[in-house]
Amino acid sequence: MSTPLLEVEDLRVTFPTPTGPFRAVRGVSFSLGRERLGIVGESGSGKSVTGRSILRLLPPHARVEAKRLSFDGRDLLTASPREMRALRGSRISLVMQDPKYSLNPVMRVGEQIAEAVRDKGAGARRRAMEMLEAVRIRDPERVFNLYPHEVSGGMGQRIMIAMMLAPEPDLLIADEPTSALDVTVQMQVLAILDDLVAKRGMGLIFISHDLDLVSSFCDRVLVMYGGRVMEERHARDLRQATHPYTQGLLDSLPRIDDDRAELPTLKRDPAWLKD
Amino acid sequence: MIQVRNLNVTFGQGAQAVRAVRDVNFSVAEGESFGLVGESGSGKSTALRVLAGLNPHWTGDAAVAGVSVGQRDDRLPRLVQMVFQDPYSSLHPRHTVDRALSEPLEIQGIGDVGPRVERALSDVGLGPAFRFRYPNQLSGGQRQRVAIARALMLEPKVLLLDEPTSALDVSVQAEILNLLRRLRRAHNLTMLLVSHNLAVIAHMCDRLAVMNRGAIVEEMDVATLRRQEPREAYTRQLLLASRGYDREVAANIVTYD
Repeated sequence: MSTPLLEVEDLRVTFPTPTGPFRAVRGVSFSLGRERLGIVGESGSGKSVTGRSILRLLPPHARVEAKRLSFDGRDLLTASPREMRALRGSRISLVMQDPKYSLNPVMRVGEQIAEAVRDKGAGARRRAMEMLEAVRIRDPERVFNLYPHEVSGGMGQRIMIAMMLAPEPDLLIADEPTSALDVTVQMQVLAILDDLVAKRGMGLIFISHDLDLVSSFCDRVLVMYGGRVMEERHARDLRQATHPYTQGLLDSLPRIDDDRAELPTLKRDPAWLKD
Repeated sequence: MIQVRNLNVTFGQGAQAVRAVRDVNFSVAEGESFGLVGESGSGKSTALRVLAGLNPHWTGDAAVAGVSVGQRDDRLPRLVQMVFQDPYSSLHPRHTVDRALSEPLEIQGIGDVGPRVERALSDVGLGPAFRFRYPNQLSGGQRQRVAIARALMLEPKVLLLDEPTSALDVSVQAEILNLLRRLRRAHNLTMLLVSHNLAVIAHMCDRLAVMNRGAIVEEMDVATLRRQEPREAYTRQLLLASRGYDREVAANIVTYD
């Protein structure tokens, strides 16, 4: 077996606070190949911090430690800022939740995509058009010249994805990429990601709070709670989860075809977070 | 209890005009829970805001318990109240829970404020210890409980709910949905619930209307929704897309105008 694209071993992230250190991530380990890995959890579970620490995009006061944090054989913890800049965008890319806040409001969307392309110059514009087509935007010539406020949420998110995929990264970290979108648009955006993973052999980390979505979209799932991985499963078997936290989350979801009068609420067990 | 006839809402004028709600009709019986479901821009929240008196520009008839919501009728605050989507922005950050809950009583000239506030807090599962806290000292779920308590201070007959759990984690969502069901039984509330989440609607409502582009596509009872046997293709697509990711479903999505 070839070496995995990304290896994370015993990742710990600590933020100093006035009331003492807050341990946002406490010993997370996983490895990622050319596959779709889902990270699910509720707010405060550490899923987004885990994603950001791979790109070293945390504020300077955050303390990031790990036995191993390597991408394509390169140690990310000791990489210089210059080396990190060379990785970010071109080899590891990040799509965030809300295109409203991640697109530059005073720059045409096409120019923003062209800016992300590796070879600058005349080719960049053509490449941006291709990317807009790849994310199934019907009229790329027109959309190229629009400003972010002139596009809908679904189109904005497709533009973000086009921008992040323009440099053909090996790893895409998508942090709730479809949570702000309608279900039908969400499906179409996921189909684009799905095709790109299959076609280009890209690795994908898909961070989400939506268990059903992750179990239907990803290959493997990590369930996080309180900065820890509670369990790891094949996505298809998520419904058969054994950990009480995962079970509790699944049970607390209302379902279209059930007529339970009362939804079971989650009982959190402090033992889950014992060292 | 709720009557809506030929409701139309238009934003903007001339060529820029957007018909946010088009010829919408529905009625909700006393004690019934009715859902409005649709994607963003379907007009579901706009219709709800008309009933809450938050949208003055509309035509048609809309009445709660026989009182038209078109005039600023003094009876309305005691008939109908609303809970908003985001508990982080619907509570005044510098008002204590006590102030948020006593304000409606003071405006309406209702006495006995202290005991009423404590009763309202215990009604939504918060102890008296929460009475003098500020919103920033509460979790999202606790804030939404306070917002629900505030809506119930004047003992309204109708509760309007605009995506009451979509800003919350799923485990907290379950707690709030259970609370709303319990309060509905205890106070014989009529509920109008707006949501994009079909499962939440199926759990909470007796009947529902599916909206798209401002118009009602179809109305059905919850049994039809649970059997997943809608009449319209639009609703069928919405149901399929809600089930999770499926490459084939994604390839066949069409836009309905």
